[in-house]
Amino acid sequence: MIQLEHVTKTYPKASRPSLDDVSVGIEKGEFVFFIGPSGSGKSTFVKLLLHEVTPTRGKVIVNQRDVTSMRSWKIPSFRRSIGCVFQDFRLLPNRTAYENVAFALEVIGKSKAVARRVVPEVLELVGLGGKEHRYPNELSGGEQQRVAVARAFVNRPLILLADEPTGNLDPDTSIEIMRLLDRINRTGTTVVMVTHDSNIVNQMRRRVVEIDSGRIVRDQPRGVYG
Amino acid sequence: MRFRYVLSEVLVGLWRNVTMTVAMIITMAVSLTMLGASFVLYRQVDQMKTWYYDRIEVSIFLSKDITDAQRQNIDASLTGDELVRSVEYENKEQAYTKFRELYADAPDLLSAVKPDQLPESFRVKLKDPQQYQLVFDKYKNTEGIDDIVDQRKLLNKIFDILGAIQTMALVAASIMAVAALMLVGNTIQVAAYSKRREVAVMKLVGASNWFIQSPFVLEAVVAGVVGAVLAFVGLVLSKWLLIDGSLQTLNQLLTPVHWSTIFATLPLMAAAGALISAVTAWVTLRFYIRV
Repeated sequence: MIQLEHVTKTYPKASRPSLDDVSVGIEKGEFVFFIGPSGSGKSTFVKLLLHEVTPTRGKVIVNQRDVTSMRSWKIPSFRRSIGCVFQDFRLLPNRTAYENVAFALEVIGKSKAVARRVVPEVLELVGLGGKEHRYPNELSGGEQQRVAVARAFVNRPLILLADEPTGNLDPDTSIEIMRLLDRINRTGTTVVMVTHDSNIVNQMRRRVVEIDSGRIVRDQPRGVYG
Repeated sequence: MRFRYVLSEVLVGLWRNVTMTVAMIITMAVSLTMLGASFVLYRQVDQMKTWYYDRIEVSIFLSKDITDAQRQNIDASLTGDELVRSVEYENKEQAYTKFRELYADAPDLLSAVKPDQLPESFRVKLKDPQQYQLVFDKYKNTEGIDDIVDQRKLLNKIFDILGAIQTMALVAASIMAVAALMLVGNTIQVAAYSKRREVAVMKLVGASNWFIQSPFVLEAVVAGVVGAVLAFVGLVLSKWLLIDGSLQTLNQLLTPVHWSTIFATLPLMAAAGALISAVTAWVTLRFYIRV
């Protein structure tokens, strides 16, 4: 599903590479944690998968498509196969929970009728039934992140990419979000989660890939934070 | 659905930033008025050239002491000349009549001039008015000819003036166009900034570039077209109030400006306005909304 082959990424003006000859493979349906301290290259990894940056050397293959050599006009349709969740939720403040999720459908050309059918379903799935018409500032942090997850999942992407999704949440709420991601994983969606939340990694007991100074230092199935 | 989405985005976008929108439309309108005016002038000069060149003559003034034989000699060689289309002889009396018509509002001048002070002349129309120089060279040393005057030379002064006005209008149009370009660029930047959250989410979920950019580009195009319509209204008003109004006396000198010429400026200005805005907006977005 995701394949990095000897990927090196050096930003302009940086003295050392953010990722240094990294090779890693993720199978369809896996749940993988990427852990490591700040500045270890985790975010670069996420940006590479989304084609926000291109590797200096090496190949990135997502869903059998070589992202490295992808033409720029193909990127939007490529991104539709990846759902994204971030630490800061990235919701539109002037739209309700329903509208935030529906927006993601509308801007890729789905009709309002499709949105009316699909959006309540996915909001129900993330546990926000009955709160469709609340605005983000009327929802708790955990609920906002659920809206973000719903938005990421509404297109049924093959991959769900979560960049520190629990970074702004308290431990109990974090566990609820993790349960949600776990449930999404069980539908067959590959989940890649970047985090430095040791509690969560230790509780989930899934595959752990540890990055330090741009290199993979550990890759173990059913791992702990270390 | 998509069309309605784009339309509402465009209107909301223009309204959110209304002072900038107005500034953009006004500059665009002034610039396009200049462009339209220079187009009208261009058409006008063209039209005047064909109109006048059809009528202008080369005047061959004869010396006072010309003999009948010399006169007949000149007449014969002009009539037989292959460059010449027609020859007309004008005696002193005829010249005086024309002179009186021409200076009817200057009685002092009229009373000072007597018929026999005016020279006789041949009024010659050429097959091709451009070939004046050949005729001049051929006849300048002929006995009995005092002076050869090409009316085209006088006309060229008028055309030079009109051409200068046209150039000035084009220069003004280009300067205003630069200002309009900057305003369009700035407006698009502000619009893109005020919608940066939406744009970020759209990119994230994989909306196509076309879908993200079209509302911004259309915003600029709408402003450009509104500017063109205002410019057109301006030209119609100036035709109505100036050319057909206070400047009507000039119509004896200039050929009349037809309404069709004025109407032809509308598609020209609309296309120029829309194209300039669209390209500027698109280029601006290239820098501000990267994939």
